[in-house]
Amino acid sequence: MSNVNVYKQRPDSGRAESPLFHAGLDELARKGKNSAGVTLREKKLLGHLTLRGDASDPDFAGGVHKALGLELPVALTLVANADASLQWLGPDEWLLIVPGGSEFATEQRLREALAGQHVSLVNVSGGQTILELAGPKAREVLMKSSSYDVHPSNFPVGKAVGTVFAKSQLVIRRTGEETWELLVRRSFADYIWLWLQDASAEYGLAIKA
Amino acid sequence: MLHIFCPHCGELRSEEEFHAKGQAHIPRPLDPNACTDEEWGDYIFFRDNPRGIHHELWVHAAGCRQYFNVTRHTVTYEILETYKIGERPSVTEASVAAKKAVDQGVTA
Repeated sequence: MSNVNVYKQRPDSGRAESPLFHAGLDELARKGKNSAGVTLREKKLLGHLTLRGDASDPDFAGGVHKALGLELPVALTLVANADASLQWLGPDEWLLIVPGGSEFATEQRLREALAGQHVSLVNVSGGQTILELAGPKAREVLMKSSSYDVHPSNFPVGKAVGTVFAKSQLVIRRTGEETWELLVRRSFADYIWLWLQDASAEYGLAIKA
Repeated sequence: MLHIFCPHCGELRSEEEFHAKGQAHIPRPLDPNACTDEEWGDYIFFRDNPRGIHHELWVHAAGCRQYFNVTRHTVTYEILETYKIGERPSVTEASVAAKKAVDQGVTA
């Protein structure tokens, strides 16, 4: 495994702009109303790492568990502890999300635990962001936007699926009874933000910082 | 709209999440340098166009982004089976013909 791309990609000094920086969500949150059917929050500038490896190899699964304290999730699920989440993206691909600023240390810990194995670990923090939709009408917004069945009988808490959404593509993750996360690519973030404003207008949309 | 079973996700998904990628089970020549132009041309360009059972390569583009194989009837659009790359299809033209013969009471 080459270490050529392993460096602290987001320096402590200097200003980082999330994919929805231009939308001024902090400003909107201050003006926002209190009673709304849908609450939107950008979980911005988190550390995103894409991990690939052989799930059937006990050394790989054991190494991941040793470094993260999380078991590799099975298809279409997500496991999380206090500060990290690990999501199944494909049979040999997972997404690890850790608090912003800790991704470099986590990456080094994982590389140490998986040293010598045929794996890939890439920091994709700059390429995507998480939008959290919450509230009693959040599911209605998802139903308007995607053909995937988001009814609780098909979409329990802890499920995560990549699917088509608003004629685009993203990952829907259910993290709580009324809490959903959308994993959005940077170049689609503005479009999805505009779409969500339009789709949630009839329920009332509140922004949280 | 079709619902297609993704063998990696393990559930039925909407057709719009998938892309068809053409005929499946086309092995690359083991020794490309030893191919005649005709053999190489067949490998690169020429594909079957059956009326009936066809084995195709599909990709779950909006989901797990994995390739897998689909056995599809080109007249009825019915998807008879999906299976992972490297596996052999259980539904083939021969198996369907044999079943049809049995249904019609014809002894082999």
